[in-house]
Amino acid sequence: MKNEQIKVSNSPPLEGLGEAMIEIKNISKSYNDIQALKEISLTVEKGELFGLIGPDGAGKTTLMRILMTLLLPDSGEAKMDNLDVVKNFKKIRHIVGYMPGRFSLYQDLSVEENLNFFATVFGTTIEENYDLIRDIYYQIEPFKTRRAGKLSGGMKQKLALSCALIHKPKILILDEPTTGVDAVSRKEFWEMLKSLQQKGITILVSTPYMDEASLCDRVALIQKGVMLDVDSPSRITEKFPRKIIQVHSEEMFRLIQDLRSFPKAESVFAFGQFVHFTGIDDEVEITELDKFLTNRKHTNIIVEEIHPGIEDVFMSMSLPCPLPKRGTEKRLLRKEVKYNARQTTK
Amino acid sequence: MKQLKSFIQKEFYHIFRDPRTIMVLFFIPIAQLLIFGTVIKNEIQDVHIAIYDQAKDETTLKITNKILSSGYFILDKNLENINDIESIFRKGKVKEVIVFESNFGDKLIKEGKANLQLIADASDPNMARLAISYTSGIINDYVKKMHPNLQMPLQIEPEIRMYFNEEMKSAYMFVPGVMALILMLISAMMTSISITREKELGTMEILLISPLRPSQIIVGKVLPYLLLSVANAFVIVLIGHFVFGVPVLGSFVLLMLETILFITMALCLGIFISTVAKSQMAAMFISMIVLMLPTILLSGFIYPIENMPKVLQVVSHIMPARYFISIVRAIMLKGTGLLFVWKETAVLIGMTLFFIALSVNKFKIRLE
Repeated sequence: MKNEQIKVSNSPPLEGLGEAMIEIKNISKSYNDIQALKEISLTVEKGELFGLIGPDGAGKTTLMRILMTLLLPDSGEAKMDNLDVVKNFKKIRHIVGYMPGRFSLYQDLSVEENLNFFATVFGTTIEENYDLIRDIYYQIEPFKTRRAGKLSGGMKQKLALSCALIHKPKILILDEPTTGVDAVSRKEFWEMLKSLQQKGITILVSTPYMDEASLCDRVALIQKGVMLDVDSPSRITEKFPRKIIQVHSEEMFRLIQDLRSFPKAESVFAFGQFVHFTGIDDEVEITELDKFLTNRKHTNIIVEEIHPGIEDVFMSMSLPCPLPKRGTEKRLLRKEVKYNARQTTK
Repeated sequence: MKQLKSFIQKEFYHIFRDPRTIMVLFFIPIAQLLIFGTVIKNEIQDVHIAIYDQAKDETTLKITNKILSSGYFILDKNLENINDIESIFRKGKVKEVIVFESNFGDKLIKEGKANLQLIADASDPNMARLAISYTSGIINDYVKKMHPNLQMPLQIEPEIRMYFNEEMKSAYMFVPGVMALILMLISAMMTSISITREKELGTMEILLISPLRPSQIIVGKVLPYLLLSVANAFVIVLIGHFVFGVPVLGSFVLLMLETILFITMALCLGIFISTVAKSQMAAMFISMIVLMLPTILLSGFIYPIENMPKVLQVVSHIMPARYFISIVRAIMLKGTGLLFVWKETAVLIGMTLFFIALSVNKFKIRLE
């Protein structure tokens, strides 16, 4: 039953492990000419906090909508708690909580009215399941008469999560819940997810933020509808075979240009304040780079070897290898193209 | 049931919290009714005329007095010269000029025949025709009364009676039409917009994954607008009655039942539109262009169906408003019962069932 892509033996021990809550087998989906998902297979265990990591347009939303019975797959099958997403869609709708990518509550209804409405629609009441949402809802309860449209981003998100949880779902599916939310709220949100996981809810969450990946039990890396890897975040980075050198100087742009013209450079990407450098082989020494940059009159140079992060893995995976060694002039800043790394090799 | 109740409550919140919806639902119908009521007119009133009286004898003065006291005409100027006729028309205010030949009264008595010319400004042909026929009516009437022995140039004079609208009041024409138009527009447009709005805002996604059945969503969307539209219809009939004096000769209950039927039909049409349209904008355009214009032009609201080209007459058969307008006219103005409008009623019931089936069938339980 388990797909070969999933290295079950490698995953860290988890509570309640062994029971598959979400099973996806060879799901493919196309919109007209564009193939959104290609033969995706993965299994999410009961009680797991599972992350779908990938850039915009990777197919995360499509996969989630198929699981939510909102879209039909072209081929393959998927089961949620042993219910088929095509045949048993009505039953699934009772056991799953869903938070779509954008805020999908009624802006002209107050916080309380929204929650009440969704509770009634799902055949329950706020009181009945208050325990489950208490930790989240008490933060927005002081504003319960305020219209949902007038809430801040973080509060909207808490309300949406409360509404998704109001019927005590077994599985929670969250589509980019932290996109467009400030850093503090993001952190709080992940803490909430962790505590929901403690309550035995299986959570599938998608995010374009690599730093959030490390908070999941396991992650699946998706790019252009293809699954690149599935494993725990730590194993994914451990498996990364290459040496990553982090470089910093006063002039970011010239630094990237210069590093790319370095004869032994394979990939150079901007990561916030730093540039992550990978050589054509791991023989490239820190001192070598330092010297090269000093010659090019860079100031405040920092060159150090670091542990690869999920992002590094992702960037290297999404590049068609081996990389061409020349033709670096058209490479773009990673920030500008948001992981769309293929463009860099044109 | 509890789910449906909560859904309907939510729908009412949407309606009453959106000022634009309130405007469309409550103010636009009344404004439309009053505008149509005062603008569309097939009757004349206070038409400015000029008289070129070459005779100035007793008879022409009497005729002039009679015309001016009728209430339809206002004398703008007595002309002294034949050339003034053209210039006064050019000024635009005067719509009709009456010319009496010299010795009008003498000739009428001696020869039994006198000439009088009516010249009208036909840049508004409808108005010109009406003014001419009103004037000639008054003149003939006078001549006949004064000289009963005289033989008029027209021996046979048809006596016309405008049945059901004796005074040819156009209010009688437009109240049923405006009712059909407003109900159609509000019902179809508002439901289609409110459903597509949920699609646009993404709340439809949540509704779809909820245990709500499509029929519950549809009924929940339709019911609030049905209630509000019935209230609207009621207000229209009231305004028609008290402001424009349109009677309700037939059964008021039957009128309201037929109205509910028509509204239901329009609401289901609205849901059908929402299954086709992807955005609020598209829904609005479809409702406006596909529903409003044909309803105005092809339903017999303004232009009689019998006068249309054959092709359009055939097309008018698929306009639901056509049937509703004839039902309403029959009940309000002729006072007939169901016995005389059962055919139209049956057509409306058929259309309603068709759109219910179509929209339930086309309502997607998924996003595609």
